[in-house]
Amino acid sequence: MRPMTITEKILTDHAGKGDVHPGELITCRLDMLMGNDITAPIAIREFEKVGATKIFDPDRLAIVLSHFVPAKDIKSADQCRIAREFAKKHRLRYFYDEGRGGIEHILLPQEGLTVPGDIVLGADSHSCTYGGLGCFATGVGSTDLAAAMITGETWFKVPESMKFHFYGRLAPWSSAKDLILYTIGQIGVDGATYRAMEFTGEVVERLPVDQRLTLCNMAIEAGGKSGIVAPDDITLEYVKPRAKRPWKVFRSDRDAVYHSVYEWDAGTVGLQVACPYSPDNVKPLADVAGVEVDQVFIGSCTNARMEDLRIAARIMRGRKVAPYVRCIVIPATHQVFQEALREGLIEVFAEAGCAISEATCGPCLGGYNGVLGAEDVCLSTSNRNFPGRMGHPKAKVYLASPAVAAATAITGKISHPQEVAAWEAGP
Amino acid sequence: MNLYGKAWKYGDNVDTDQIIPARFLVTSDPMELGQHCMEDADPEFAKKVRPGDVLVGLKNFGCGSSREHAPISMKAAGVSAVIAKSFARIFYRNSINLGLPLFETEAAERIERGDDLELNPVTGEIRNLTKGETYRAEPLPAFAREIMAAGGLMNYVAKKQGLGKTAKPTASDYDPQRD
Repeated sequence: MRPMTITEKILTDHAGKGDVHPGELITCRLDMLMGNDITAPIAIREFEKVGATKIFDPDRLAIVLSHFVPAKDIKSADQCRIAREFAKKHRLRYFYDEGRGGIEHILLPQEGLTVPGDIVLGADSHSCTYGGLGCFATGVGSTDLAAAMITGETWFKVPESMKFHFYGRLAPWSSAKDLILYTIGQIGVDGATYRAMEFTGEVVERLPVDQRLTLCNMAIEAGGKSGIVAPDDITLEYVKPRAKRPWKVFRSDRDAVYHSVYEWDAGTVGLQVACPYSPDNVKPLADVAGVEVDQVFIGSCTNARMEDLRIAARIMRGRKVAPYVRCIVIPATHQVFQEALREGLIEVFAEAGCAISEATCGPCLGGYNGVLGAEDVCLSTSNRNFPGRMGHPKAKVYLASPAVAAATAITGKISHPQEVAAWEAGP
Repeated sequence: MNLYGKAWKYGDNVDTDQIIPARFLVTSDPMELGQHCMEDADPEFAKKVRPGDVLVGLKNFGCGSSREHAPISMKAAGVSAVIAKSFARIFYRNSINLGLPLFETEAAERIERGDDLELNPVTGEIRNLTKGETYRAEPLPAFAREIMAAGGLMNYVAKKQGLGKTAKPTASDYDPQRD
């Protein structure tokens, strides 16, 4: 058999044929489907409109209420009800309401609903996050979800793969968020359109699963169809105690063919910030250090896992959020919230003067819980800063890692963590 | 059947937050979404767009979130087609699934706001009646044309699965040129 990338192998496995080639249109069976409170209601409407009554396998559909929960207004309450009633009617085992779930892209891996070797179709663009576990995961719209709920399959154009290889060691305080921002800055917001982004190299191999998910989360910000990290011992250690289904480990062949290969020294990447108004307007931290902010947001499917909260708390411990600056911390899932509570991280944030909320996407998409006004400047650990993303189209959003966000909250201007925690060594 | 309309021209990376801001995602009602189409990028658009008009962008049109509310709001506002130099992947899929024709061509550069256009979704031919020019977009793949011909993905799937109930048109299928 010809040498293949991990993505081509997973697609071949699910297409029920011997071999697939980039550019080919194939039909694949799907292991897990996902919809949220914004996308599921449309999928449900489409599903019922054509007279469908059965989901191909109710245990392969997760519905997660995440964006506007707890309901922010009457309309979002009604919208959530559509999803909730459908879940009840079809006896969905994997339905997650507020207080039990959280942001879907952190929740599904946490619950063992996405495992290595899977194909996951999620009606949310950040569904590419799951690729951090070594599965093929991609975002689609509601109608694609509705069709897949009936058939258990969907069509794909086999993507070409791009390889992003990070060697060396991460610079002090730098993390997967800096690597992915750097990558998007280099190739642009359409640099990977229709393609699979594969992350490799010794630096990626040392990353904990939380950070691998961050890396793959923002593949869509480069236009990518998917992001993927090959599963290894670190992956399996994470997956084994959680997995609800068997997994299958695929890895790229040494001589697999790539559309392009980028090799970067992680040590020279350092801390990165995406400036208004695009995730590819990326600059080294030093170029924007000192910009004054009104709000800091630590949250979203990109950076609100335990790893992220630990590093932020480490910087904020015993310190206060700067005067006239507000800092909002939203743990990504209810379980992350509980763990952070047990570890004392929530107390650190509360003592520092942060506003803390139950898991939700909230302000990341300008939903609620921290929407920006016209003059507001925000530094956020989320993933998009297009005009209007977090509120008023004139509001300015800078994207960075949790370490930079925590330091910025303390000083009130975009800051290197060292400025705040000078005597502490980086992680 | 050819489509006729005036061009509404925008630039690179028209993202889904500009097409339909998240604050309106508390509903999936097409008519309501249509009233806010492009609101943050161009507050005039939803008020002045005429049935049949064409949205024209440059690179990476429709990037960002997977919200199907974006093509739904365009269709409800009366937009008959979108022309761009390139499309973001999920937007492309969503538009085909909803039966909104897309034309991918470098010639999007040549089109200006207000140009009168005549489009043929089958051949990919675009006639700029204002400038007297003709451009050609790559025709949609056969598979995508099948979905469009069936009236969208759900009808296509329903037929294949023998569900026997192709959907009655609703507001989301509202075709301004048919009325």
